[in-house]
Amino acid sequence: MKITASRWLLGVMCVAASCVQPALAASAAATAHTSQIDIRNFAFAPKTLTVPVGTRVVWTNRDDEPHVIVSAGALFTSSHALDTSDSYAVTFSKPGTYAYFCSIHPMMVGSIIVQ
Amino acid sequence: MQNEHDNEISGRRQFLKCMAWAGAGTLWLMKGGVLHAQSLGDGAVASAKDASFSFVQISDSHIGFHKAPNMDVAETLRASLAQVNAQSTRPDFLLHTGDLTHLSKPEEFDTLSGLMREARTSRVFYVPGEHDVIGDNGAEFFRRFGERQQAGGWYSFDHHGVHFVGLINVLNLKAGGLGSLGAEQLAWLKKDLASLSAETPLVVFAHMPLWPLYPSWGWGTDDSAEAMTYLRRFGSVSVLNGHIHQIQQKVEGNITFYTARSTAYPQPAPGVGPGPGPMKDLPPGALHHYLGIRDVRHVQGKQVLAVTDEVLT
Repeated sequence: MKITASRWLLGVMCVAASCVQPALAASAAATAHTSQIDIRNFAFAPKTLTVPVGTRVVWTNRDDEPHVIVSAGALFTSSHALDTSDSYAVTFSKPGTYAYFCSIHPMMVGSIIVQ
Repeated sequence: MQNEHDNEISGRRQFLKCMAWAGAGTLWLMKGGVLHAQSLGDGAVASAKDASFSFVQISDSHIGFHKAPNMDVAETLRASLAQVNAQSTRPDFLLHTGDLTHLSKPEEFDTLSGLMREARTSRVFYVPGEHDVIGDNGAEFFRRFGERQQAGGWYSFDHHGVHFVGLINVLNLKAGGLGSLGAEQLAWLKKDLASLSAETPLVVFAHMPLWPLYPSWGWGTDDSAEAMTYLRRFGSVSVLNGHIHQIQQKVEGNITFYTARSTAYPQPAPGVGPGPGPMKDLPPGALHHYLGIRDVRHVQGKQVLAVTDEVLT
């Protein structure tokens, strides 16, 4: 019973440690890795962005037209309508290629490669 | 395509010349599938006399937009409707070909509804623009302005022997694509037209251009060619679109395509400048020359519609 309890305690500690560690890593990443994508003249700049895991990507609309960021495979949550100067941010915690487009101007496409 | 573009440019030059003569507006007469420009005056009155009915198209009111070159799009819509009300013959109805609002906000729809009540006409038919379906796939738009004939929102009706079809091409857009009608709507369209005789005049309206006007700016509809195969057997087909905030037209057999001006702000000619945003650097006082309404008269016994575009004065 004592062994079980200490194993349980060890387990809790492990879980706690494993929870804290990525959280610390993520918050460090948030301050260390933020990448900007400008929306200007109905295009994303840069069109393709390569970032390390944990990067917070921020889109900012520099156009007088609204734009809406939508993941091509619904891999991340869509933005609301971004009016001029509005921003939208997504933190990418898994590696992969994330294609996205503007739902109201679908010829506007971009992708984020997370490594 | 080059030829088409040249035709469009020469039509536009002719149009601009007419504006210089008249200022108030231009009458577009379609004769044997070719548009003829003429300044508004006695000719316009005579054309109105032999019409069996008329309707007006307005488009792209973008309620909620408040930047250069138009800080008050409600006021320019109101002026457009006043111009409709000032027509010598009352139009049977209005068509609004989309982008009622700028951001699909409930308060923008409220403002639009309130303003449209100033139009002295019995009916207004609407189709949504991509600005009207943001965030909810058009649920709010269809709740307020939908015709409720089909689950997808598209519809048709007959008026004095002319068959009208309202299509939706701003939903379920794909990455890298243009406007989209979709398989379900195309199947409905085919069925809707099947029982009509080829002599029935057709008016088809949708927000985005139903021909590849300038795809690199998104000015077209991916599956419009399929829709055209259903329309081609008819003797007179007029396709009315908005979206590009300027007049462009094209004739393809018996099908004539038109885009309308906005009541809010102009956009540049295809490929002029870096993108299709608002034209901001207009000369002072010039805005109204870029905005306007379209008046369409049906002449009984003729296979053509007389189309008039008027600038705000």
